[in-house]
Amino acid sequence: MTDRDTPITDDELHAYVDGELSPERRKIVDAWLATHPDDAARVASWRAHAELIRIRYGGVAHNPVPPRLDVARLARNQRRWTFAAAAAMVIAFVSGGAAGWFGRGALEPPGPPPRTVTADALEAHKLYIAEVRHPIEVPASANHLNPWLSRRVVGIPTSLKAPDLSAFGLKLMGGRLLPWQPGQPAALFMYENAALERYTLYAVRVGGPDTSLHYDVSGNVAAVYWGDGEVRFVVSGPADREKLLKIGQAAYEQLASRTRT
Amino acid sequence: MSGFRQDVEASIPALRRYARALTRDGDVADDLVQDTLVRALRAEHLFHGGDVRSWLYTILTNLNRNRLRSLSRRPSLMPIDDNDAVELAGPEAGGRDIERALATLVDEQRAALLLVVLEGLTYREVAQVQGVPIGTVMSRLARARAQVKSYLDGQRPQLRRVK
Repeated sequence: MTDRDTPITDDELHAYVDGELSPERRKIVDAWLATHPDDAARVASWRAHAELIRIRYGGVAHNPVPPRLDVARLARNQRRWTFAAAAAMVIAFVSGGAAGWFGRGALEPPGPPPRTVTADALEAHKLYIAEVRHPIEVPASANHLNPWLSRRVVGIPTSLKAPDLSAFGLKLMGGRLLPWQPGQPAALFMYENAALERYTLYAVRVGGPDTSLHYDVSGNVAAVYWGDGEVRFVVSGPADREKLLKIGQAAYEQLASRTRT
Repeated sequence: MSGFRQDVEASIPALRRYARALTRDGDVADDLVQDTLVRALRAEHLFHGGDVRSWLYTILTNLNRNRLRSLSRRPSLMPIDDNDAVELAGPEAGGRDIERALATLVDEQRAALLLVVLEGLTYREVAQVQGVPIGTVMSRLARARAQVKSYLDGQRPQLRRVK
């Protein structure tokens, strides 16, 4: 049996229309279509519909670009935002929560500054590590834990994966979804060690620059946080700077680049 | 202006075209493009070579998915004014038909079809943009075309057949 006798699959017909076939296969499909009018008609209709789409929308690319899409202008605003975010962070760190909150109102960057994500993460951490019976929503044993949280938070099922922190004696308990901003939830993974100390990893999708690891204390718990791609991460646990930074570093390395678009 | 920014700027007309076809609303489309540009400029340091335009399509496609998700609780996502149907003649009629046909598509299928036929991306590029295997792109494309054909052939929107 030669190729010429093998029925042409639908996939191949689509690939033919879209110019994805090699010249050799193209010739074979040409010959097939010459003797199979039903397939030829479908191919013709796909081409006609593609043409309708191009006629309907092709002109948009020739319209003048509105000023709000001017790259130089957007880049200038970008610098202002970055500066504003930095200023808001400085205020937040120097003056504590209240001043940080007001500072945020005065100099609001497009997304909340990392400090706010960290505060939210610490709040969630304190709330859920204290839970005896329901610290998590979905156990680590559930296969869908990672893809579910990844899809809900990042939009892609494979971007976010709870890091393996067993080198620090930490076992993944599971995770939960939390409200963060309208339409933009946060993921919280929880870990526990043999001493029953609990650590959490909090992740939200929010634009912002990549940052190195930062450390912030809130009473007897602390957070290490960073930005990577579109996601801000916060690792929270007992306030032990050296240990938490090591755990944060390990999580950072395992999560690096998975969430970049 | 840096080479990166020049490439971003040169992609804007195509991004607007894609966004317009994806959302079928000029203002929403330009909002999406603006958001895409802001994020791309902010993440310039993350871009290590490759095709800037494909990368921008990726950002825009993801932003649109988020937008649809946040809208999904509203009763009507894309209201289509049926009063338009009265004017059947004229050069506009075909354009409105294809617009309606696209509106009946599942979001991922619409994006795959538009990236291929309107933006001229290869299957491989679409797979990267959508973050799925090429086989998935091809099945999205096949379903999209079958649905558009069925809609334009005057049938009711096709129910998914289970084989």
